[in-house]
Amino acid sequence: MSEEPRVGVFVCHCGINIGGYLDVPDVVKYAGTLPGVAYAEANLYTCSSDGLQKIKEAIKKHSLNRVVVASCTPRTHEPLFQGACEEAGLNKYLFEMANIRDQCSWVHMHERDKATQKAKDLVRMAVAKARLLTPEEEPEIDIHPVGMVIGGGVSGLTAALSLADQGFKVHLVERESKLGGYLNKLDRLFPDNTRAEDVVGPLIERVTEAPDITVHLNSAVTDVKGFIGNFDTEVATGDETQPLNVGTIIVATGADYLRPEGLYGYGEVDGVVTQLELEQLIKEGKLGKARTMVMIQCAGARIEERPYCSRVCCSEAMKNAMLLVDEDPKREVYILYRDLQTYGLEYSGLEWDAKRKGVKLVKYDAERPPTVTKGERGPVVNVFSPLLGEELTIEADVVALSVPMVPNPDNKRLSQLLKVPLNQDGFFLEAHVKLRPLDFATDGVYICGTAHSPKEVAESLAQARGAASRAGIPMAKGRLRTAAITSVVDQEKCSGCGTCIELCAYNAITKNEKKLAQVTSAVCKGCGVCGASCPERAITMRHFTNEELEAQGLAALREA
Amino acid sequence: MKPVMVIGGGVAGIQAALDLADRGLEVHLVEKTPSIGGVMAQLDKTLPTMDCSICILAPKMIECFRHPNITIHTQSQVKEVSGGTGNFDVKVLKEPRSVDESKCTGCGICSQKCPTKVIDGWQEGLTTRKAVYIMFPQAVPLTATIDREHCLYFQKGVCQVCSKVCPAGAIDYEQRPEELNLNVSSIVVATGFQEYDPTELKEYGYGRFKDVLTAMEFERLVCASGPTGGHLNRPSDNKLAHRVAFVQCVGSRTHKKGYPFCSSVCCMYATKEAVLIKEHDPTSEVNVFYMDLKVFGKGFQQFVNRAKSHYGVNYVRGRPGEIRMNPLTNDLTIWYEDTANGDVSSMEADLAVLCTTMIARPENVELAKALGLELDEWDFFKSLNPLTNPVETGMPGVFLCGCSHGPRDIPESVAEASGAAACAAEVARRFM
Ligand SMILES: Cc1cc2nc3c(=O)[nH]c(=O)nc-3n(C[C@H](O)[C@H](O)[C@H](O)COP(=O)(O)OP(=O)(O)OC[C@H]3O[C@@H](n4cnc5c(N)ncnc54)[C@H](O)[C@@H]3O)c2cc1C
Ligand SMILES: Cc1cc2nc3c(=O)[nH]c(=O)nc-3n(C[C@H](O)[C@H](O)[C@H](O)COP(=O)(O)OP(=O)(O)OC[C@H]3O[C@@H](n4cnc5c(N)ncnc54)[C@H](O)[C@@H]3O)c2cc1C
Ligand code: SF4
Ligand code: SF4
Repeated sequence: MSEEPRVGVFVCHCGINIGGYLDVPDVVKYAGTLPGVAYAEANLYTCSSDGLQKIKEAIKKHSLNRVVVASCTPRTHEPLFQGACEEAGLNKYLFEMANIRDQCSWVHMHERDKATQKAKDLVRMAVAKARLLTPEEEPEIDIHPVGMVIGGGVSGLTAALSLADQGFKVHLVERESKLGGYLNKLDRLFPDNTRAEDVVGPLIERVTEAPDITVHLNSAVTDVKGFIGNFDTEVATGDETQPLNVGTIIVATGADYLRPEGLYGYGEVDGVVTQLELEQLIKEGKLGKARTMVMIQCAGARIEERPYCSRVCCSEAMKNAMLLVDEDPKREVYILYRDLQTYGLEYSGLEWDAKRKGVKLVKYDAERPPTVTKGERGPVVNVFSPLLGEELTIEADVVALSVPMVPNPDNKRLSQLLKVPLNQDGFFLEAHVKLRPLDFATDGVYICGTAHSPKEVAESLAQARGAASRAGIPMAKGRLRTAAITSVVDQEKCSGCGTCIELCAYNAITKNEKKLAQVTSAVCKGCGVCGASCPERAITMRHFTNEELEAQGLAALREA
Repeated sequence: MKPVMVIGGGVAGIQAALDLADRGLEVHLVEKTPSIGGVMAQLDKTLPTMDCSICILAPKMIECFRHPNITIHTQSQVKEVSGGTGNFDVKVLKEPRSVDESKCTGCGICSQKCPTKVIDGWQEGLTTRKAVYIMFPQAVPLTATIDREHCLYFQKGVCQVCSKVCPAGAIDYEQRPEELNLNVSSIVVATGFQEYDPTELKEYGYGRFKDVLTAMEFERLVCASGPTGGHLNRPSDNKLAHRVAFVQCVGSRTHKKGYPFCSSVCCMYATKEAVLIKEHDPTSEVNVFYMDLKVFGKGFQQFVNRAKSHYGVNYVRGRPGEIRMNPLTNDLTIWYEDTANGDVSSMEADLAVLCTTMIARPENVELAKALGLELDEWDFFKSLNPLTNPVETGMPGVFLCGCSHGPRDIPESVAEASGAAACAAEVARRFM
């Protein structure tokens, strides 16, 4: 801006929060002496409606074109003050804040003079930066109201239905020739032995009939370009590929399960099967004469190479154990476990029921896992029970291994395609473990179901509905205001070294035809990593330009 | 489109409200206490990332406050509901704050000058607050409230100091309960949980021994904004607690006194709290007495592994039978059966933390009646079907999330909150 800077400084007493511990009038007086400052005043509460009104009046009366508020934290209050500036006709990026509460009165409560001096320093720095501020715009982008769901298990089906019920068109992409996912392999489901087909069946029916959902079977997503609101994807079905433009993408690609070759005699000793194979045997009624069954929990899970717990296998074992004794009460069923993961209102009862039905629960130590060897009749299991203090030998007819879910082998390819991360175990990694469990750091892409981590049907369904809410938000709005604070590459200075491209966590920077860095502003989060690392200093962060930061830094070092 | 109502302003209710408001729906967020935030606002850190709990929650609370589509009704409860999905008429009763929300700036001068001390429930009773108070420094709205049951003016007609000192003239003793009649298309129930009171388990001495705490009390004790500034001074004699024992499954997984279900979160929050102690002082001795370690969540086993190998937290399998106190030293002795060898052993501790079950709130009974919802045998709200419809209820247009329908951790509460929001958005569209 060619206009001379006329900065207004508003110093807040914050009741006694600031005013009680440092000399606010002195800070105001000092602010008035700083170059570029046209006006300075103190307020009891700058954030009160009265205080905000005063800012607006001062902007008009003193023709202020920059505003500095010295008060509390920008984290909570910056938007409020920016709003006041906007209402007075000033671009909100012409505002700067100094936090003299947290950084002065709070931490130097008993050092009035020093706290006052530090407040002056912070105000001087803020003014130095404010003088150089320029107005910024927040460009809007259109959001194409069409969602894509990758994976047609219970999660994907539920997410697709919710998006359709919210009023959006949906493309559901499923790798296999049939919808339903892992539940197609299962018979009964814990906690209440509902048939798996009775759970997925109705979902598949509704999805197939929904006019707004297009199902792509035998299909894979082979290309993804663009960003939230406007992803250009390619979906391959057989030899044909078709381009699909979608606004958001939900990943619901589920998980695989461990093939336990060599574990506990699997593949070597007859009668050793996985829990899933046992489920098939129960379903087909092929266990007629078998009397003694042993289930080994954590088979390949919670060990060094695969540290995570697979969450569902303890309940799954209880379910199968009870089905077995229900079928023939004379059967002896042992569950050898480390820690039972039957939890919450939903699944705790399984443990009580299993005990009541005579299922034998035997704890083993991770350091002394059971062994399975080939006996005369069938597999022989040896397990040391720390509770009994002795080793048990069980001659079994069938040994079922509770193997963990493992990441879908396709995850790596998908994660590269969608530019979203995987965690150390190989499952998809959400944006924030606590508060953004269904978002990816990349805007417009969401996650649910066992692709996120092992979990039950109910949790998968809740997450799927949740992912549909997250994806529905930008699509319902139709337009998205993107951030103004983004990076800009000076094409004259850029050498095309690619440092920034490597470092950007949001994949906001690509190379253009001239092999120089180019920023997609809609994707940039303004974190500044690229700006800080560009060896040519070709990258400027809007609202945090090198000149502004230098001025602020220099002001810290020298008195004005 | 009609607004949506969210009942309960914990992390689940906050997330549901934000999801709905962000998509353009108007939201009434009804919270019983003077501030939104719920239990998460009281926690010190959250596992497994060890984020400061209030630091990550406060921005969301403020977002609710500033959101043009969200109206927060604090000190409010739902009294009557009629109509059905797409068209509920809800009567909300708002208790008087005795402070004008539009004038109060949250400066806290009234509290400083108020002469009346009251046990501070938000700090889990470990310290006191005043009769006029702000629930916690990050409260939203950041507005004082008068606790009429303890205020000298309301009880004895004297004092009125707060009204004299308030620079904003915000104190208003004349406020009356207010009745709001709101018409909404759907309702999200996010009323959370409360901690089981372990007093009836006489063997653990809670209530008799000052240094036997519940886990929630411990969260406040270890928190920098807690009564001791985060120092582990034990309540009985202020001695720095060096040996701490955690007792798992207090009131859970039992058919005796307590509840039969596993409370899902306590093994992990105990691990978190144990790590916090070790972070404060790596030489402290921390033992966790457990039955089965529940490590089923994402990254949980890895967190326990780190607690063991990196921090040196010790896990002992066995349910303590009794806690005794030495009246001379105030030290505690934990008697337990060590299931590693079947022997009865004992262990000394400066402080014992009871990891109690998360149970239903008693208000659920009245609320369920108003909403026409079913409760389970423990007074948690019942899902339509725990396998296939976890967030829906028997009443179309009413949805559940968070601990209102059973113990769960924050990520699950948040994911479900978004799920409930999706359900509400679907209803809103159907009745557009
Ligand atoms: C042995 C066993 C027993 C279980 N028993 C129970 C039980 O009794 N009760 C219970 O509640 N839970 C149970 N579970 C858990 C339950 O199976 C899962 O919660 C559920 O399947 C998760 O659904 P999902 O849709 O997330 O994943 P999935 O069911 O795995 O579906 C994923 C879908 O995505 C497709 N897909 C994968 N990659 C791609 C790609 N790149 N492109 C397109 N499509 C792709 C797959 O083909 C599949 O259709 C059990 C799990 C196991 C392992
Ligand atoms: C000691 C302890 C430590 C924990 N640590 C962790 C941890 O580290 N990580 C983690 O993920 N989880 C942890 N948790 C679990 C976590 O606290 C819960 O998952 C979370 O608080 C649930 O949020 P919510 O919104 O469902 O319920 P709440 O936080 O209970 O919020 C419910 C809200 O509803 C209000 N309310 C209740 N009834 C009514 C009514 N009738 N009308 C209006 N309003 C009402 C309440 O006042 C409250 O504000 C811990 C729990 C405990 C007990
Ligand atoms: S659910 Fe049970 S069997 Fe499965 S990994 Fe976890 S503890 Fe082991
Ligand atoms: S989570 Fe752990 S402590 Fe809590 S009830 Fe379950 S097993 Fe017991």
